[in-house]
Amino acid sequence: MTTAPHVVSTGVDLLAQAIEDQAAPVSRVDWRPPMADTEDDLATLALDPLRPDANAAALERMLDVQAILVDVLPASEAVGLERGDFLHAGPPISWERASGPLRGALMGGAVLEGLVDTPDQAAALLEGGLHVRLEPCHHRRTVGPMAGVVTPSMWMFVLEDPATGDRTHCTLNEGLGKVLRYGAYSPEVLTRLRWMNDVLGPLLQRAVRAAPPVDVTAILGQMLQMGDEAHNRNRAGTLMLLRDLAPAMVTSADGAGGPTRADVAEALRFVGANDHFFLNLAMPACKLALDAARDIPGSTMVVAMARNGTDFGIQVSGTGDTWFTGPAQVADGLYLGDYGPDDANPDIGDSAITETAGLGGFAMATAPAIVRFVGGSVPDALATTRRMREITVGENLRWSVPVLEFAGVPTGIDVTRVCRTGILPQINTGMAGKVAGVGQVGAGLVNPPADIFPSALAGLAQLSRARAATAPA
Amino acid sequence: MSDHVELRTGAYADSVTLLQVSRQVQQLPGVATAQVAMATPLNVEVLERMGFAIPEEVTPNHLVVAIRMSDMTADGDVDAVRAEVDRAMTDSRRQVGGPTEDAPPRTTTAALRREPGALVLVSVPGASATVEAMDALESGSDVMVFSDNVPVEQELALKTYAARRDLLVMGPDCGTAVVGGLGLGFANVVAPGPVGIVAASGTGCQQVLALLDHAGVGVTTAYGVGGRDLSADIGGLATRTALARLDADPSVELALVISKPPAPEVAGELTAYAETLRIPVRLALLGPGRPDLTDATETLLRELGVDLPAWPVRGTTRAARGPRLHGLFVGGTMKQEAEVLVGEAGLAPGLCDLVDFGADEYTTGRAHPMIDPSLRLERLAAVAADPETGVLLMDVVLGHGAEPDPAASLAPAIHGIRPAVVITVVGTAHDPQGLDRQVGALAEAGAEVHLSNADATRRALEILAAPTTGDVR
Repeated sequence: MTTAPHVVSTGVDLLAQAIEDQAAPVSRVDWRPPMADTEDDLATLALDPLRPDANAAALERMLDVQAILVDVLPASEAVGLERGDFLHAGPPISWERASGPLRGALMGGAVLEGLVDTPDQAAALLEGGLHVRLEPCHHRRTVGPMAGVVTPSMWMFVLEDPATGDRTHCTLNEGLGKVLRYGAYSPEVLTRLRWMNDVLGPLLQRAVRAAPPVDVTAILGQMLQMGDEAHNRNRAGTLMLLRDLAPAMVTSADGAGGPTRADVAEALRFVGANDHFFLNLAMPACKLALDAARDIPGSTMVVAMARNGTDFGIQVSGTGDTWFTGPAQVADGLYLGDYGPDDANPDIGDSAITETAGLGGFAMATAPAIVRFVGGSVPDALATTRRMREITVGENLRWSVPVLEFAGVPTGIDVTRVCRTGILPQINTGMAGKVAGVGQVGAGLVNPPADIFPSALAGLAQLSRARAATAPA
Repeated sequence: MSDHVELRTGAYADSVTLLQVSRQVQQLPGVATAQVAMATPLNVEVLERMGFAIPEEVTPNHLVVAIRMSDMTADGDVDAVRAEVDRAMTDSRRQVGGPTEDAPPRTTTAALRREPGALVLVSVPGASATVEAMDALESGSDVMVFSDNVPVEQELALKTYAARRDLLVMGPDCGTAVVGGLGLGFANVVAPGPVGIVAASGTGCQQVLALLDHAGVGVTTAYGVGGRDLSADIGGLATRTALARLDADPSVELALVISKPPAPEVAGELTAYAETLRIPVRLALLGPGRPDLTDATETLLRELGVDLPAWPVRGTTRAARGPRLHGLFVGGTMKQEAEVLVGEAGLAPGLCDLVDFGADEYTTGRAHPMIDPSLRLERLAAVAADPETGVLLMDVVLGHGAEPDPAASLAPAIHGIRPAVVITVVGTAHDPQGLDRQVGALAEAGAEVHLSNADATRRALEILAAPTTGDVR
């Protein structure tokens, strides 16, 4: 004889109550209507025969990736940038629509490359657009924090998945405050960038080539156990990187043509003093994993979230290279000094790739040390990580959160679940000043614009219907 | 009288909750009448019929708060009433979880992560039901879809997916089921027993449960399959799975399938399949020239060797003083069965009007009439006042999930009205409403009350045909 089952009740509370009245166990789903006008598309995708396996494959491919730091190269060699090429964060954008911090970073980049002598001339050059080309980092297997500007002479980390040989890239992190990625281009900013090009990049190249392979994916797993969420806190990761590279950095001073001992000391001081240095390894590691999940027909998993300071865009596995974009929002958080909300630029940077991969806001529960910095509380942080699990395909057990009984971080944002629940991905972010040249003004929490998820959903549903129409009966 | 109407956005609640809120508000001092409802076309129509002016910009996503204050009240009182609406709405948001970090699940998938293998009961609006049902199937759970208004192609897709995995989809539009002795949906309280039921009709199943209970025969399992399961479109997918489950349960001695007559090709396949099973499978198929549910139940009882009881009747009613029969039903099958009997009796179509208030057109965005009797009571008042009306035929369905005391509103509504009143009360002795008390109250109010809907319909026709002999009993 069958025994009374445990019941999950999704819908009218009265029916759950009727089960409780029979002294039987019942769990209630706090169901609410989906985002406006998404019901038909959601039903189409729920019944799409490809979706379950496609999402499972997307998650599996992503989790199988091991990101190893294999080299440090100038962008000209790493991703083939030529004179006049500029990469930037986020979806494609023109100079005309670019925000202050992106313009500032492009202007600084133009000076760095010697295209012009002064930032003012740079503005004229970029406005004319004749000898310059703007392209998203994401289109060159690259991610860039904040403005994300990459020019040919900048040195980049090169990460590789040994199983496939696939690579991703990211520039070296400049530190906080007045830095190019926040739109600053003053002489001190350019001086630092030149030192990074002349000293730090070549030194790190020698060290990386000489040292045992640095397993970035594994370091990310350890960081999460040490209070980093790998977006706004990378302190443990940075120190672990130093631990792995310092001996080879020191020995790189030996021999002819190498850096001086003073260079090595300066490099060690620079990296050690920059808590965000590891962010520029976390980001390409996330992109390497997510790129493996791209282009799987039927998959509703988000493979990139990126902002250019004007638009917020997402790319989805099942819709190829299409960007679904909406207006970037201003973060809600804390401001440096006497900056305030009026000084902040809308959300900018490819760093939301960390959230896309289950880190940052999605791993907030593991980083209580910074919950106040982004304007929250510890219970909020625990609730955020749990809430993000509602919208993800699965969990990443290699990246686990001790305080949540070692649950894996919520991984693989599912467009359908965002539209169903109305729960938007939670992103931890820095805030750039909206005027070119200002730099960082604060840090906080931000969400994507809600409308891009129904747009992506409609795109996925359209493809699904087209497949159903052509499939053999 | 003064009216207050406001539209609220982003304030969704299910129709049953809103019914409860409306009732609380109606009882406040100074309130002549009040409705709090989602602004579906049907609800807007009802509100306009009540005399409320609904603003042009209304959409189905609005929550309408309509309050009519009596003349005796001061202007400020409406604010107090509105505050009470807010309070009632807040109270109705059941606290299903603990602190914020352990929020209740928002989707069926999330709930099943916490309760793997649970049976899922879906009662969200029809446009969203498939999505939640698919969550259940993908997680390996059986699902009962109480929701109606689910497109038939979605039903087919769900059931095809389920059949490949030996999972059961009960519904859509499955009003009742008994699984492992637990009643789901609108469920009568029955003792365990040797009969297994597979029903494409919720109230048809409840009628048989009630008759079997009166005869002392129990039912451990009654699967619902939804009204379309044996149509050519669906091909009996769920019926086969349900019969296989019953066959595998050693406590089941005999299975009864309750449905409209299947499509001919489906009937053939079903018969062939039934012959492969251990248990005998009997059919109760509703339609012209076929035995009614009471006949089918009697045949079953004879096969089980149980003595046939007399089906109970209580109360006497008036003589018919008009030529017309009005049937006001909450049970779709009760109406269909009456329709067949009325047709067989040769009553002129113009003299008979049978309405099912549980049909989709009356329930979009509104609670089922077994929960919310107001639409039927409104119609009852109208037809009772019509001198053409000779006999009123109605059903009252008891059990978990149904109104706690249907006679409380129905008995006063029939007391002293002009037409004869014949009512079927579908219920078992242990239903929470108290079968005996419900029947007593209705009989006292002037109705002739039956347990068998077929008997009630025949009596209604008899009274109509012999207008002077209403008080025969």
